[in-house]
Amino acid sequence: MIRYIFKRLLRSVITLLIIVSIVFVLMRQMPIEGYFPNFDHMSQEQIKASLAIMGLDKPIPVQLFNFLKGVVTEGSLGISYVYRDQVPVTEILATKIPLSIKLGVLALCFALLVGLPLGTMMAQNKGRFLDKLGNAFIVCIQAVPSAVYFLFIQIYATEWFGLPLTFKEAELRTWILPIFSLALPNISYYGMWLRRYMVDESTKDYVKLAKIKGLSGAEIMFKHVFRNAFVPLGQYLPTTFLNTCVGSIYVESLYSIPGMGGLLVDVVKRQDNSMVQAIVMLFASVGIIGLIVGDIMMTLLDPRVSFVAKKESR
Amino acid sequence: MGMRYKNPKVTKLEENVTEAVRTKLTDEEAFKIVPFDASAVEKTGYSNYSYWGSTFRAFSKNKVAMLLVSAVLLILLFTFIQPSLPNQLDSFQININPDTGVIHRNLPPGSMGKLENGKEFKFILGTNELGQDLWAKLWGATRNSLLIGFTVAIIEAIVGILAGVLWGYVRQTDLIFTELYNILDNVPSSLVLILVSYMAKPSVGTLLLAMSLTRWIGMARFIRNQIVIIRNREYNLASRCLGTSTFTIIFRNLLPYLVSVIMLRMALSIPEAIASEVFITYIGLGLPADVPSLGNLINVGRKLMLSPSLRYQLIYPTIILSIVTISFYVVGNAFSDAADPKNHIN
Repeated sequence: MIRYIFKRLLRSVITLLIIVSIVFVLMRQMPIEGYFPNFDHMSQEQIKASLAIMGLDKPIPVQLFNFLKGVVTEGSLGISYVYRDQVPVTEILATKIPLSIKLGVLALCFALLVGLPLGTMMAQNKGRFLDKLGNAFIVCIQAVPSAVYFLFIQIYATEWFGLPLTFKEAELRTWILPIFSLALPNISYYGMWLRRYMVDESTKDYVKLAKIKGLSGAEIMFKHVFRNAFVPLGQYLPTTFLNTCVGSIYVESLYSIPGMGGLLVDVVKRQDNSMVQAIVMLFASVGIIGLIVGDIMMTLLDPRVSFVAKKESR
Repeated sequence: MGMRYKNPKVTKLEENVTEAVRTKLTDEEAFKIVPFDASAVEKTGYSNYSYWGSTFRAFSKNKVAMLLVSAVLLILLFTFIQPSLPNQLDSFQININPDTGVIHRNLPPGSMGKLENGKEFKFILGTNELGQDLWAKLWGATRNSLLIGFTVAIIEAIVGILAGVLWGYVRQTDLIFTELYNILDNVPSSLVLILVSYMAKPSVGTLLLAMSLTRWIGMARFIRNQIVIIRNREYNLASRCLGTSTFTIIFRNLLPYLVSVIMLRMALSIPEAIASEVFITYIGLGLPADVPSLGNLINVGRKLMLSPSLRYQLIYPTIILSIVTISFYVVGNAFSDAADPKNHIN
């Protein structure tokens, strides 16, 4: 098990390294305006001198090496020049990340709290009205772009319930809509998959046995079917993680939440190359970390899953 | 919204196709000894099972899906014939009242206005803040968004199939493709979308490239897995011994198995591509204003959302967008049920 995790980590580090390098090299192809807040007012000499100070005049492999060295030795992700002049990227991120994590975790908890009962309810009423209703909800959430329904939630929920349009950390009621919005895609996601797994499980022999033994429908559902159906959901953790991250890009910007997602939209609009680079790298790493965590969760949730023996299957 | 999410229907159809492909009959199952039966001497029997026939029959039983297919086809048809219908304005034309010289800005739906040629015109969906006819704009936008969706789906299919075939057949490429899969499958596709759009100038080409960049790998992986299973089957071995070219083997012996999954993936790509366009336009990296698209319209409508009287500019594009995306999603899922050989038995 430990060996497996170690191997996985090593692989992920390699993947991450490749991603970081690709992003880095791609960003070097950008026009250099993205490094100067007042590019139009600078002379050629000034630009050249500044580039030399930033180390941007060196060949790309050298720059990449310096960047990686910075990441490893100082934990530095570069310096922002446009969004905030001459401020290390990590310093800016440090003020933004905690809020995003708080929102993400709350949204995830809310999604599980609603999504799991939804899936269970649908599986219990398979083919009946409640199942169809839940299915219609899931189809709408999955098919209609979240960019659209997030917007409508903001417009109408603020009007109907008198909730404020913008987020303030101290005001608890401003948290409601962002969390609800962020949770929606995950609610439908967990509902959809749990329903499928529960329906699949409910045709298995052990359920028949339980029925013969005379257990009630609810007991079979919760004591047997739900537990077994829940296990594979562990592997959806990374996706939910990503859903929340990507959703936060939009939601945070809609409600002017000073978090990571809103920041990405900001720096893209203001064309700050080093910030875009750092945030893209960070989001990508989050995806990969989520994947590992999901796999490890699986082994912890289900003693039958073992990655050591599974090797020959692929 | 460009999220990497797995659809249970896609997974299920893939699993069942894999299972159908993998099933290997033992000799006893394949050859059954049938004793002589005098009553069956004159009997001529044949199986009238046809895969696509059954698929179509199963699909046409799903009334909701049939309704939505018609809805999408009607919308698609209408976007193309709308410009040549009588009494249509150009979607870029700025409409000015010739008597007063006032531009018809933000007219509510259904209002009348005098055009420059002196005629009274009814703006069915009103006008936008530039004085352009929203009806014409909406259909132009729907046409463009659908075209983008279809193009992405087609690129995904072509690149995915070719890459999958290469991945499955040429062993040397396995390492590269696997690593590529690790990367593309783990990075949120929205991020790639943002990165590519950030680097290149906003245009239809950029958007297509950015969206196609991550989509093909899922298709390629499925095809690769099937190929690895099928390629050394006896009938393929026989084909090869008889001198059939690899190309023919792939397209005649392998791909027919996989068409249903390919079509399902393509159908689900269309709403996702349309959604990605809306998302990237919001970030400010979408199509330029001279290419009307649903994303552009919604983004314009979003800026006006705080004044309820102008909200029609957001709501109408949203209605069309929702009909189109929901239709494709439902139709794709219904198709996957219909195409699943397991559902053909009854």
